[in-house]
Amino acid sequence: MTAATIIITVLGVTASLALYRVIFGPTSWDRLIAVNLISSKVIMIMVAAAVFFERRIYLDVALVYAIIGFVSIIAISKFLEGEGTNKK
Amino acid sequence: MIAYLFIFLGLVFIFFGTLGIIRFPDIYTRLQTSSKCDAAGAVALLVGLILKQGLDSFSLRILIILVFLVLTNPVASHAIARSAAIRGIKPWRKKKNVKGG
Repeated sequence: MTAATIIITVLGVTASLALYRVIFGPTSWDRLIAVNLISSKVIMIMVAAAVFFERRIYLDVALVYAIIGFVSIIAISKFLEGEGTNKK
Repeated sequence: MIAYLFIFLGLVFIFFGTLGIIRFPDIYTRLQTSSKCDAAGAVALLVGLILKQGLDSFSLRILIILVFLVLTNPVASHAIARSAAIRGIKPWRKKKNVKGG
């Protein structure tokens, strides 16, 4: 049981627990919060794998994933904010 | 040794942040624990990984990812809370007990 196994297992299990809120969340914002959390945990898993397995390319993948996750969260929250305003 | 201490601290923050996501009653309270999980947990974990790696170009890239996460996570949390507030989600309140309290 090495340190890399423990870290990646804990991060993956907590990401799976946050998936509960994605499935059963009452509103759309709850699902958005949980998706944001899972995205940040996947970034941490990538960085931990890059350090412990000596793979340098995983850090670039993690940075691009962070940028895409940030832009998508901003876009989806703006979309939910303006939903249905043309009915007034 | 200090590196593993930071990593353990980050894992503890991440575990309790996820517990708050599951257990808390409202959007805003869940957003608060999620923000703590992102800020404290991710910063502690990545600082621990930098200390374990040592100082070279590899850890400089981890530092770039760390600075990006610190800059963008509060912005994303604020955008979610602002859109929920504009759409008229009321904050959760404790229900009044009939027998005084």
